[in-house]
Amino acid sequence: MGKIEEYTVKRDADRTDLKLNMGPQHPATHGVLRLELDLDGEIIRKCTPHIGYLHRGTEKLGEDRTYISALPLTDRLDYIASMNNNIGYCVAVEKLFGIEAPERAKYIRTMCAELGRISSHLLWLATHALDIGAMTVFLYAFRERAMIMEMFEKLTGARLTVSYPRIGGVRNDVTQEFIDRAHAFADEFPTHMEEYETLIDQNRIWLKRTKGIGIITADEAINWGLSGPMIRGSGIAYDIRKHEPYDAYKDVEFEVPIGTEGDVYDRYRVRMIELRQSALIIKQCVEKLPRGAILDPNAPKFTLPPKERVMTDMESLIHQFVLITKGPMTAQEGEVYVATELPKGEFGYYFVSDGSGKPYRMRLRAPSFVHASVLPLMCEGGLIADVIANIGTLDIVLGECDR
Amino acid sequence: MEQYSAAEKIYELFSEKALALGIPEPVLVIAAYAIPCLVVINLIQGAAGMLTYAERKISADIQNRIGANRVGPFGLIQFLADGVKLFLKEDIIPDAADRKLFKLAPYIVLSSTVLAAIVVPFGGSFIVADLNIGLIFIIVVSSLLVVGFLMSGWASNNKWALLGGIRSAAQIISYEIPTALSLLCIVLITGTFSLQETVMSQGLWPWQWFIFHNPFSFVAFFIFFVSALAEMNRTPFDFPEAESELVSGYNVEYSGMRFSIFFIAEYGSIFIISGLAAAVFLGGGNIGLDPYESPLHMQLLMVGVFFAKTVPLCLVIIWVRWSMPRLRIDQMLTMCWKYFIPIAFACLVATAIWLLVFNGNGIFWRMPAP
Repeated sequence: MGKIEEYTVKRDADRTDLKLNMGPQHPATHGVLRLELDLDGEIIRKCTPHIGYLHRGTEKLGEDRTYISALPLTDRLDYIASMNNNIGYCVAVEKLFGIEAPERAKYIRTMCAELGRISSHLLWLATHALDIGAMTVFLYAFRERAMIMEMFEKLTGARLTVSYPRIGGVRNDVTQEFIDRAHAFADEFPTHMEEYETLIDQNRIWLKRTKGIGIITADEAINWGLSGPMIRGSGIAYDIRKHEPYDAYKDVEFEVPIGTEGDVYDRYRVRMIELRQSALIIKQCVEKLPRGAILDPNAPKFTLPPKERVMTDMESLIHQFVLITKGPMTAQEGEVYVATELPKGEFGYYFVSDGSGKPYRMRLRAPSFVHASVLPLMCEGGLIADVIANIGTLDIVLGECDR
Repeated sequence: MEQYSAAEKIYELFSEKALALGIPEPVLVIAAYAIPCLVVINLIQGAAGMLTYAERKISADIQNRIGANRVGPFGLIQFLADGVKLFLKEDIIPDAADRKLFKLAPYIVLSSTVLAAIVVPFGGSFIVADLNIGLIFIIVVSSLLVVGFLMSGWASNNKWALLGGIRSAAQIISYEIPTALSLLCIVLITGTFSLQETVMSQGLWPWQWFIFHNPFSFVAFFIFFVSALAEMNRTPFDFPEAESELVSGYNVEYSGMRFSIFFIAEYGSIFIISGLAAAVFLGGGNIGLDPYESPLHMQLLMVGVFFAKTVPLCLVIIWVRWSMPRLRIDQMLTMCWKYFIPIAFACLVATAIWLLVFNGNGIFWRMPAP
């Protein structure tokens, strides 16, 4: 009878009953994120994120391609906002080569980037709400996302992986129809926003599930290297569009929303306000859109000559041959880091150039990768349901995280 | 007043002829009880099928979609196509599963729903058995759900399923208490557990219903309805399956027909709970006539009235699912233990005091003369 004590379960902080593998096949891990959860009942004692299931070696692939042909690789990073990836890449390569896109191209890029941001944030809203159980928001958000997809299709020929910007400009000029549609979309978008907010914004259950969950203080946000809505939700107004404006961002007016508590709800509010601000930026871009060229005068060094001229003109033939085989050869030796504000956060392109047509090293600073590392901080001590809310609020895309 | 169950009525109708034909009495009795049981089982399945259709269509309307419209007119027999599909699917039992429990669990869940249907008065004399412990019976058999869910969760040998099963145990057992307490408020008024008598002591008009008997029964109705939502695992309380958290919870390893049995049970219990709410709080099929003595067409009218009250409640349950996010398990249990149970208790006590003070009368409802 003296053995009872042996069987008495001691409850201490380290006790775990169950090791649970959340992902890589799980409906709410947004792709192939895998979380190793040590559970005590439903309470998370330890959370270990495992990544790499979608690793495709984009950085290494970039070293093997010319600056021109590496562009489509960036579509597949954050495939929710491929337009923004492309633009970030082009801005970085332009800086390396010391060229600049003409004004009209900058405005078109800004417009497209904000459309991409709305599209990405809508997908975030849809899946975040779906994860927390509000299934209806999903389809409402996708309705507007489809409009953007159609606009992209008209403009670029592709819906998801657009590869639209070019080094030194953009591929096609915008049509009047596209401009009209973009303006009409930006006009009516706030009313659609109200529809989403009717469903969840003041919903008691939504507030209970998001307020006070996954709190990140301002200090922690800085220490963990967060960016984008994640750091703004914690009350730090860090937005690359404001601090180091690229493209036409210095000419448009917009607010940078910040949160106060740094919880899931604040980040939700930040993103919702950003959606409205993006619509405003699109409107301004349409109204201010200047006339002129869409490619830098130097850009022919980066773009293939028309096919008929290749067939008839010796210069063009040589030009095409060199571009295809060796890439643009005018890069300075050295290195360049350019960060752009993606919907997910700060996406940085770092190039080391040895003067050849291919980057010696291409390094990508992916916000999703940084944000995934903060998951343990947010989840430990919470419940399984909070993990889902936290993954949703991170807004990570594993294509970008694993690269 | 003499009361019958449907089985007794069938027995009375056929006993003379059957005995004359030489059919032994035990066979006749079993047959007399089997007929209404089969009718009810089919009713539950039919109701479950139509509710899945309603869920598809309503969710489609809410979400700006079209919904099922391919099979039959307006997609009305989509549920049959679903049933056939599920029936033809391979029935997979995981290697590591506890085979016996795994196979048994869906039937326990279904039997809980079907057993509950026995005492639900569908209007008129259409009730399988008017037990004098009807309300207790319904509360007891609905607890069987827990056994089924826990069993399926455990037997699947899957951590998600196990978590789902344990969640359902915590949830259903907790919410049983406010459900039962809110029903007890009405039992205090009628002084009987029999559902048929509860229906008969109400009337045709809304002010004769027990929901408007006194302010506390009004509160009790909502407590009952929300707790019942929790008891049958509907959003915003669908924790045992919570597809975005626990993948699919207790039924994650089930496929084919076993899976569909879980779903028949779920939708069946939506119908049963709505029917129970309609019968206890909203006057059921009562149109002011005696259900046993009235002619058949009036009895069918009573059935119509019952369904006219039940179906909107079902639709509300579906509507709630598609417009609400999901709570968290601890928040839901907090809500139960901190708010629902005390409020339900308060309602019970307050109803008792009300009845004492007003001599058993409600605001409009009058105690029938003995």
